[in-house]
Amino acid sequence: MEFLQQLVNGVSLGSIYALIALGYTMVYGIVKLINFAHGDIFMVGAFIGFYSITILDLGFFPSLLISMVTCAILGVLIERIAYKPLRNATRIAALITAIGVSLLIEYGVIYVRGAQPEAYPGDLIPATSLDFLGVKVSSQSLLILGTSVVLMILLQFIVHKTKIGKAMRAVSHDMDAARLMGINVNNTISATFAIGSALAGAAGVAFGMYYTKIEPLMGIIPGLKAFVAAVLGGIGIIPGAMVGGLLLGVIESLVSAAGFSLWRDGVAFVVLILILIFRPAGLFGKNVREKV
Amino acid sequence: MLKIKDINVYYGNIHALKGVSLDINEGEIVTLIGANGAGKSTLLKTISGLLKPKNGNILFEGQSISGKVAQAIVKQGLSHVPEGRRVFANMSVEENLELGAYLRKDKQGIKEDFEKVYNLFPRLLERRKQLSGTLSGGEQQMLAMGRALMARPKLLLLDEPSMGLAPLLVKTIFRIIDEINQSGTTILLVEQNANMALSIADRAYVIETGKIVLSGSSDELNQSDQIRMAYLGGH
Ligand SMILES: Nc1ncnc2c1ncn2[C@@H]1O[C@H](COP(=O)(O)OP(=O)(O)OP(=O)(O)O)[C@@H](O)[C@H]1O
Ligand SMILES: [Mg+2]
Repeated sequence: MEFLQQLVNGVSLGSIYALIALGYTMVYGIVKLINFAHGDIFMVGAFIGFYSITILDLGFFPSLLISMVTCAILGVLIERIAYKPLRNATRIAALITAIGVSLLIEYGVIYVRGAQPEAYPGDLIPATSLDFLGVKVSSQSLLILGTSVVLMILLQFIVHKTKIGKAMRAVSHDMDAARLMGINVNNTISATFAIGSALAGAAGVAFGMYYTKIEPLMGIIPGLKAFVAAVLGGIGIIPGAMVGGLLLGVIESLVSAAGFSLWRDGVAFVVLILILIFRPAGLFGKNVREKV
Repeated sequence: MLKIKDINVYYGNIHALKGVSLDINEGEIVTLIGANGAGKSTLLKTISGLLKPKNGNILFEGQSISGKVAQAIVKQGLSHVPEGRRVFANMSVEENLELGAYLRKDKQGIKEDFEKVYNLFPRLLERRKQLSGTLSGGEQQMLAMGRALMARPKLLLLDEPSMGLAPLLVKTIFRIIDEINQSGTTILLVEQNANMALSIADRAYVIETGKIVLSGSSDELNQSDQIRMAYLGGH
């Protein structure tokens, strides 16, 4: 039972990683950039959600929505201002810029509101828990899991069935060929950043609900882990990010359950090293060596 | 229909097109032949807006298109089938064709064009759910052409459609190019297979290291000793 319990916890946590990992993977898929500021967008999302709940006195879903929209706008602004001018620059230039943007957001938030943590209110939804065969599933976990699943289904729908989704896949495969179809590449890249950042915003609110405590540097570790999750699934591959996130959450919970909770954060990086050694293209990736 | 006047195109400091001028009249098949690296693909990319000329002008149906982005040029009715097909390998045949009609809103017209393309290339109909990356080279070429036709172009640019195909398939592709032209689409055809190209083209241009060195009707060029020696493998 203990095992099942940890599995359930792991899936909730993993669904948060998955939401963040999706943004990493989508952005990488389209502009081949590891957006190191992505974890900070997640942090901003957590704060926007927090202020919507406490100051605007809104419920979970309206706060989630506000957070997602704000993060989408933030993501697009970052892309337009910081990354777009570097689209033809070397990868390392873009990467360093991303790290710069990350620091700017972190310390920008500290400058504006200070470094002190906040606590998400615990009474956002009734704190009941369901019992399945002796496994307790809290209403929070269910809400987080439910929200993530709905968002992921929505994402799959957008990517596969809508015009903008098809444009996103076309651009990520071959930018010039997409241009020849009449696709506006800049708008498509913006849309990708918007969607990825909105998902990170949602993850921020979910994280706040789950762990209660939020603070301006909270995006660093989950951001890194979500990056690991994206690599685990195969960077650039959307279902890969989903599975990678869930898997990482479950692995972490099981490691804690086995009594190594101090090792929890380290596990993600062990996974990263193993993946890079044995399956560099990730679980879902084709193992072709990249030409550099 | 298309008037190119004295354009110069550079890649950094490589001068790839040196004062190229070229005309295409409505309804024609014009072919551009030249050796590897002569600048054929560069010219097509410049016409379709993927590259910008440093100077000179390109008029399409009387309007200047030389500064415009690719998107605007497709919208005006000019489609480009790039060298090497460039199909969206991660998408099905059907999705590739849908993307060809990306800028169109007329649902009925799009439906008709799907039928037209499937009529022209029955292979694509059989394989419409297949991922295009798993198609054979010939099928990918058909898809790339079909995809371009989905935009209902007035002028179609084809960059080496016969590259890497078996002789029988080359014949089929050329027959289809002729059919597309018969049904009212003007064509600019880039080819290394000069024999085949001259056999269906009305007129031809020869490009050498970024310069047009010769032009004339296909018959004239077929007779020209210079062309026979250089491009037709003749004596
Ligand atoms: N992206 C690029 N950067 C720098 N130089 C380029 C680039 N693309 C093409 N060139 C150069 O421009 C010249 C013309 O190339 P282009 O691709 O137009 O030739 P082509 O006639 O299409 O040849 P092929 O028959 O081999 O396709 C060549 O010398 C090529 O090396
Ligand atoms: Mg070429």
